[in-house]
Amino acid sequence: MARIHRRRFLKLSGAGAITASAGGGLAGVLASGRAPAYAQATSVHYLRWSDFVPASDKLLKEKIAPQCEKDLGIKLNIEMVNANDLQARITSAIQSGSGPDIIYAIGNWPQLYADSVADLSDVAAAIGEAQGGFYDVSRLVATVGGKWIGMPWNIGGGLLTYRKSWFEEIGYSGGKFPQTWEEYREAGKKLKAKGRPFGQTLGHTFGDAPSFWYPYLWSWGGKEVEGDGKTVAINSKEMVESVKFAVGWWKDACDEGGLAWDDSSNNRAYLAGTISCTNNGASIYLEAKKKPESYLTEKGAPLWQDTLHAPLPKGAGGQFALPFPSTNMLMGYSKNQKPAKDVLRWITSKEVYGQWFTSQQGYSDGATKDWEKDPVWNVDPVLLPFRDIPSKGRLAGYAGPPGRASAEAITKYIMVDMYAKAVQGMAAEEAVKWAHDELVKIYS
Amino acid sequence: MTYTTAATPSAYAGSPRRGPVTRLLEDERWLAMTLLLPTVALLGLFIAYPFIEGVRLAVTDTKVGVPGHFVGLQNFEKIWNDDIFRVAVQNTCVYTFVATVFKLALGLWLALLLNHNFKGKAYTRAFILLPFIIPTVLSTLAWKWMFDPTFSVINWMLFRLGLIHGRINWLGDPNLALISVIIVDIWRGLPFYAISLLAGLQTISPELHEAAAIDGARAWQRFRHITWPLLLPVTLVIVLFSVIQTFAGFQLIYVLTGGGPANATQVFATYAYQIGIGTGLLSEGATISLAVFPVLLLVVIVQLLYIRRVETH
Repeated sequence: MARIHRRRFLKLSGAGAITASAGGGLAGVLASGRAPAYAQATSVHYLRWSDFVPASDKLLKEKIAPQCEKDLGIKLNIEMVNANDLQARITSAIQSGSGPDIIYAIGNWPQLYADSVADLSDVAAAIGEAQGGFYDVSRLVATVGGKWIGMPWNIGGGLLTYRKSWFEEIGYSGGKFPQTWEEYREAGKKLKAKGRPFGQTLGHTFGDAPSFWYPYLWSWGGKEVEGDGKTVAINSKEMVESVKFAVGWWKDACDEGGLAWDDSSNNRAYLAGTISCTNNGASIYLEAKKKPESYLTEKGAPLWQDTLHAPLPKGAGGQFALPFPSTNMLMGYSKNQKPAKDVLRWITSKEVYGQWFTSQQGYSDGATKDWEKDPVWNVDPVLLPFRDIPSKGRLAGYAGPPGRASAEAITKYIMVDMYAKAVQGMAAEEAVKWAHDELVKIYS
Repeated sequence: MTYTTAATPSAYAGSPRRGPVTRLLEDERWLAMTLLLPTVALLGLFIAYPFIEGVRLAVTDTKVGVPGHFVGLQNFEKIWNDDIFRVAVQNTCVYTFVATVFKLALGLWLALLLNHNFKGKAYTRAFILLPFIIPTVLSTLAWKWMFDPTFSVINWMLFRLGLIHGRINWLGDPNLALISVIIVDIWRGLPFYAISLLAGLQTISPELHEAAAIDGARAWQRFRHITWPLLLPVTLVIVLFSVIQTFAGFQLIYVLTGGGPANATQVFATYAYQIGIGTGLLSEGATISLAVFPVLLLVVIVQLLYIRRVETH
C-alpha cells in the first residue's frame, strides 16, 4: 500500500479546500465540509416542550418538518425539551441575543418577554379571521395593547379524571358527578373511607397545582386583584371560607401525601388504582387507553373503560377552569424574521395545524374557535368535556390582566401555598393574610 | 575525534538567535507573569466576570430583555422585607449546618474504617464513591421515588418491619421535607468526605501510632492526640469546600421538592432561580444569589485564618 506522508497529505487537502472555495465540484464540497451556498435551504430553529402526547411530537418531527421543507423550502429544525427547562433556555437566548428563531411559551410567559419578541399582528389577524377568532385566554396572553407578541398555538387544561365504577358505588350512576363543592367533599369522604381517596397536589409544581387551586379560589368568589390590576383583593370573607373548606376537604377526602406531589405523581397514583379522582389533563386516560393490558381495574378490566372526566364543581362564584394557552413567539433577535413568520403562518394554517390537532386526540383545544367543531371531538366522548375548557377559563391574576405581576404570583406559588399553609395547620385567616401581604409586595 | 565547546557561556552570549522576547522571559518576574496569564484569564472569564455581572445586575432593575437602570440598594431592601427570602435564609443555614456536621462525622468514621486492611478493600472504596459519581439529578430522581408518599420503598420496608403503621409523608410534611432533603445531601456528599479524609489519614505515618501504642496509648487516645491534630488541616479544607457547595446547592432540592411544600425547603439557589428565571426579574434573582456572598466570605475568611493558625502551630 502506498504511504502518504504528513506533508504531502496537508498539501493535497489544502489544494482540495482551495478548489472547493473556488467552486469546484464534489471533491471541493467534500474537502470543505460545506454544501455550496446556492444549495443550502434557509433553516428555522423552533424550540418546543416535549408534548404529553408523544404522537404529536413524532408527527411534528417526522411529517410536518419535512413537509415544511417541501412546501416552503425552509428547513424546520424542531427541538423539544422538558417544559421545566424552557424558561431557562428563553432567558439565556434573550440575554445573549442568539438562539432559536421561534420559541413555544406556556401560559402568560409571552407577557414576560414582550420586549424581546417580534410583532406578529399580521399573521395572527389572518389566522384568527380564517379560523373563527381566538379565544379570550389566547388573545390576552399573546397581546399587549392590541399588538400580537406571539402566535397562539393551543389551549391545554385540567379536568377531574375519575373512576366511574367507584363513583357509581356511592350513588353517582349514569355518568353523574358531584356538582357542588359540598357534594364533592361528601363523595370524597365516602370514597376515602373505602381506601379510595381523591388525589390533589399542593406542591410546587407548575401544572396540576395552579390548575386546581386557581379555579377553586374563583369558584368561591375570590380574586387576586381588582380589574385595575393593582388593588389586591384576596383578603375577603369568601377566601377565608374557601381556605377553611379546603382544610376540611383535604382531611376528609384527599390522599394527604399530595402536599409533595409533582405533576406526574397523581398520574402514577391513579394508574396504580390508589386514588379515585384527580385534576389532570387527558394524559392519564390516554396512557391507560394506550396500554390497556398494563393498566387494569381491581376486577381486571381495562382501566380506561372505567375512567371519565368532569369539570371542577361549582361554588357561589361560579364554575371555572385555568386553561394553559400556549403561544409561539418569534424572537426579536432572530435573523430569520421573514422565513420564521412564513413558518408560523404555514404551520397554523388549517391544513397543517389540523394534522397536529388530530394527533392530540382531544388532549388540547385549538387557540381558535373553529376547532370546537373538529371531528376529533366525535371520536371519543370521554374526551369531549375538554372541548369546553377555554370557555370556562380565566387566567391567573384575575381580575387584572395576565402581566408580569400575575406571573410572579403564580411562579412563587402564592395561591397554592395559601392553601398548603392552612392544610399544614396555619389558621385560615392568617393564611389569607399572608397571601394578601405577598400579593401587595408583588403588585405594588 | 574532537569535541566543540558549544555549551560555554561565551557561546550563548554571542548567539544571534537571542531576541527581545527570549531576553524578557529570562527575567523570572516576566516569565512568572506569562505562565500565570492563562490561569488569570480563565479565572477572570469564568469567576470574576460573572461575579461582577451579578453585582451589576443586583444594583439595577434589569428584567429579561429589558436593560435596567441603576437603583442602588433597592433590591436588597426588597428581599430584606420578603418573608419567603427569610425562610430561604433560615432553611439554607439549617440545611448546610446539619448536612455538614453529619457528612463530617460519618465521613470521618467511614474513612477510619476504610483505612484498615481488609479483604475487598479496593472494591469497597470504589463502591463508596458511587453516590458521588452518579449524576445528581439521576440519583435524586431515585430518591424522589423512594420518598414518594404512595410508592415509597422506605415506607414499605418500615411497614414490613412493623416499625410504622401508617405512611410517612417524607416530602409532604414541612419538617420532614427539610430532613429528607438533608438526608439525600448527606448521602451524596459522604463519599467526598470519606475519600478525602482517607487520603489525609494515609499521609499520617504509622510509626507515630506504633510509638504511641508502645507507650500505652489506647485507640481513642491515639485518635485524639495523633490522628485528629494531623488530620485537622485537611478536614478544614474539605469542610470549606463542602460548605460552599452545600450553601449554594440547587439541583437536589429543585428536583426533590422545587422548594415546596409551602416553601418548607426553599433555599437561596431555588428561590433565586424562581425569581430570576421563572419571573424574569433578573436583578432580584441576582440579588438573592448575591446575598449568599457575605455569609460565604465570612465562612471562608474564618476557616482560612484557622487553617493558617493550625499549620503555623
